[in-house]
Amino acid sequence: MSSIPQFSIAEGSPIVPTQAKHPELGGICLDRIGLERVGVERIRALPKLGQVMAASRLEVRPIPEMAASGVGVLDTLTGGWPRGCLSEICGSASSGRSSVMLAGLSAATQRQEVCALVDASDMFDPESGAAAGVDFERLLWVRCDASVREPRRHRITEKRNKNSAEMEPAVEQAMRVTDLLLQSGGFGMVVVDLGGVPFRTVRRIPVASWFRYQRAVEHAATVLLVITPAPCTQSCAMTQVKLSATGCYLSVRGEAIPAHAKLLGGISVEGELLRTRLVKPVRSVRAAFDTRAVRGVN
Amino acid sequence: MPFACIFVPGFAIAALLRAEPELRSRPLAVLEGKAPLRKVFAVNEAAQRMGIEPGMGKAEVEACEGLVLRARSSVREGSAHAALLDCAQSFSPRVESIAYGTVVLDLAGLEVLFGPLHKIARDLATRAAELGLESNVAAANNIDTAMVAASGLDGVTVIEEGKEADQIGRLPVEVLLREDSKGQDEIFETFNRWGVRWVHDLAALPDVGVSERLGQQGIYLQQLARGTAKRTLVPVDVPLLFEEAEELEDPLILLEPLAFLLNRMLEQLCARLAARALATQELWLEMELASEYIDNESTTAYIPEQAHSRQKFSRTLKLPVPLLDARTFLKLLQLDLRAHPPGAPIMKVKLTAQPTEPRAAQGGLFLPPSPEPEKLELTLSRIASIVGVGRAGSLQLLDTHRRDGFRMQRFAPGDPQERAGTEKPAGELVTALRIFRPPLVVNVAMRNGWPKGIICRQRKEIGGEVLWAAGPWRSSGDWWEQDPWVRDEWDIAVQTQIEIALYRLVRDVLAGRWVVEGVYD
Repeated sequence: MSSIPQFSIAEGSPIVPTQAKHPELGGICLDRIGLERVGVERIRALPKLGQVMAASRLEVRPIPEMAASGVGVLDTLTGGWPRGCLSEICGSASSGRSSVMLAGLSAATQRQEVCALVDASDMFDPESGAAAGVDFERLLWVRCDASVREPRRHRITEKRNKNSAEMEPAVEQAMRVTDLLLQSGGFGMVVVDLGGVPFRTVRRIPVASWFRYQRAVEHAATVLLVITPAPCTQSCAMTQVKLSATGCYLSVRGEAIPAHAKLLGGISVEGELLRTRLVKPVRSVRAAFDTRAVRGVN
Repeated sequence: MPFACIFVPGFAIAALLRAEPELRSRPLAVLEGKAPLRKVFAVNEAAQRMGIEPGMGKAEVEACEGLVLRARSSVREGSAHAALLDCAQSFSPRVESIAYGTVVLDLAGLEVLFGPLHKIARDLATRAAELGLESNVAAANNIDTAMVAASGLDGVTVIEEGKEADQIGRLPVEVLLREDSKGQDEIFETFNRWGVRWVHDLAALPDVGVSERLGQQGIYLQQLARGTAKRTLVPVDVPLLFEEAEELEDPLILLEPLAFLLNRMLEQLCARLAARALATQELWLEMELASEYIDNESTTAYIPEQAHSRQKFSRTLKLPVPLLDARTFLKLLQLDLRAHPPGAPIMKVKLTAQPTEPRAAQGGLFLPPSPEPEKLELTLSRIASIVGVGRAGSLQLLDTHRRDGFRMQRFAPGDPQERAGTEKPAGELVTALRIFRPPLVVNVAMRNGWPKGIICRQRKEIGGEVLWAAGPWRSSGDWWEQDPWVRDEWDIAVQTQIEIALYRLVRDVLAGRWVVEGVYD
C-alpha cells in the first residue's frame, strides 16, 4: 500500500487531511471537500485574494435580445444580430458585406430605431441605401476624412502605443467617433464600416478598443456591427460571420437581348458562421443567398 | 387689490454680485465716471466697515488692502433688471418697472394659484434669490405702500389692509423720497427743521398745514406716510428677450476663462428661462473683439492706433429641440468656439436666447429608445470636431440622376411614431455599391469594343484582367445646364491579385476618360 503525500497550501502550514477508507484503493485518501474548505478559508484570509469574486457568484449574463438582420437566411443562421453585443461581418471586396450591412440598417430604421454608420473610407452609396429601404432620416452618416488631422494636443490618448500610432487618421477618426456614439447611447444600431480599409491597417487596431466597445454596449440595446475585410475583433465578437461571393449573374438572359441591357443582376453569397457565443458548441455552418442589383433608383 | 414690490437694495452692487458671485464675501466698491475723475458709486457692507463711502475718489480707495474695485456697468445692471422683471412676470403678467432694481406686480387673483400673500411674497424673494438677486419683498393693498415698505423693511413684509400707517410709520422719512423727484433736498431740509424724522411723524401732521407749506408734493408725501396714496399700475409690455451681457475690464485671450464667464451667463439665462417656463432652441453669441491687441503665442501686444476699433464676432447655435441645460449649452459653445476661434482678445460678451416652448419629454412605452437630444447634440458637435464640419449628419437624396446626387443635412431624428407593423419581413437583398470618392481613373484595354483589362495607378490592387463584362448602360443628363454629363457604365469582374472583384467601370464620354466608380459588395 502506497502512502499518499500530504498536500500543503502554503509553506509551513500543512493541511492535515481527514482520513477515510477508500473503497477502491483500500487505503487512506484525502477528504477533498475538507481540503477545499480549508483552502478557500485561507485564500479568503489573504487581503488581496479576498476581493476576488467566486466564479459561482459572477454575474450571469442573460441571453441577448436579437434584432432581425434583414436577411432571412442570416436570421436563420445566426438568429439575427444580438443587442448589447459586438458582431462582426468580414469578407473581401464583392463578398456581399455591404449588402448585408444595408439590410441590417434598413431593418433597424424600419423599426424606428436611430442608427449610425461610421464610414471609415467614405464609400457609402446613398442610392444603394435608398434601394435597400434605409430611412435616411434616422441614419446618422459619419464620413471619416483622412485629410482632417487634429492638433496632437486634442487627441484623447496622450500615451499612444506603437500600433495606434500607425493607424491611418480615417481609422482613428472612426474609432473615436464610435466611442462617442456608444457613450452617447440610444442608438439601435451602430455600424463601423472598415470594409474599405486595408486589412494591414485594420489588424493594427488594438484589441483593447474592441473590448472597450463591447463593454460600452453590453448594457445597452445597441447592435454594434463591425464590417472588416478579415476577422479581427477576436473574442470580443458575440457573432462573427464571414461572407464570400460564389458567383454573379446577369440581370437578363437571352441571345436576342441587346448587350447594353445585360448588366449585373446580383451576387450569390455564401455566409459562414465563424463564431457565436450563443450556441454551444460553436458550429461552423454555412448558408447561401443572392443579392439583387438595382440601377437608377433615384 | 394687493400689490407686491420687489426691491433690490444697493442695486449696482447686487448686479455686480450676480455677475461675480465669488466676490460676495469681499469688500467691494463700484466706481463711476471717467478717468481720472472716477468716484465710488456704491459699496457693500464689508467695504463700509473699512470706511469706504460713496463719493470717495478712486485714488483714495485704491490703497485699501483687499478692496475690490469694479467699474459700474449699465449692461450688467440692465441684465439684472431684466432678470428681476422675469422674476415678477413668472408670477403675474401685470408688472410695472419702477426703476432699476424696483418692480411692482399686481397680485390680484394669484392667491388661488400660488397660495396666501405671505407665501407669494416669500416665493418672490426665493425666486429673485435664485436669479442671483437678494431682495426685499413687500405686499400691500396699494402700490406706494408696498414700495415704501420694500425699500425700508428688510426681508419679506406683508401689510394687512388698514395697518399701513402702523407698519411703515417706524421707518425714517427718507424712504418716502424718490431719487428722481425734484426738490427732494429742500423738502428733506424742511422736515429736518420741523423735527420730522420718522414716517409716523409726517403722517401725524395736519393736512392743511402741510398743504400750505409744501404744496401738492407735501400732500402726496403725507398720503404715502399714511398709506393712503392711490394710483393705478402701469404695466410694462416686456418683450420676450433673454439676454445676458458682460463687459470686460481686461481682454480675454484664452478660451478657458471665457468658458467660466459663459458658464455663469448661461446659468443665469437658463434660470430666467426656467422662471418663465420656457426653453430655447437658438443661442446667439456676440463678442466685441479688441483689435488693438495682437495675440501672439506667448504675449499680447498693444497697438494704441487701433484702440477705438472694435470687431464684432458672432456665432449662432441652433438646436434641434428646445433645451434648457446650461452645461450642454456650454459644451456646445466650447466646441463651436474651438472650431471657430474669435481670432482676437474679447472685450464684451453678449448671449441671447431665443425663447420657445419646452418640448414634451414623455415617449411611448413600446417605442424604441432614441438618443437624448442633449447628448446627441453634444455628440454631433464632438464628431464634427473630429471629422470636420458637414461630414456627419443625415443625407438627403437630390432629384437628379447625376451620380452622388445628395446633400448632407443636420441630423435630427424625429420622435418615433407608433406603427402597426413595426417588424418588416426580410425581403430581397439589394446589391450594394461602395463608391470611390473621387472615382479612380484607370487605363482600360479594349478588345472588340469590350473592356479586357484595367490598370489603376492610384490603387495598385484595383487592376487586372477583366474576366466578365456587362454593358454598356448609357445615360446622360443636365444637357440643358452648364455641366452636362454623358456616361457609359460597365459592370466588370476583375481578377485582382487576391480575389475576383466586381467593379462599376464608367466611361465619361465628355471628358474622354475611364474611371472605376465603385465596387459591388
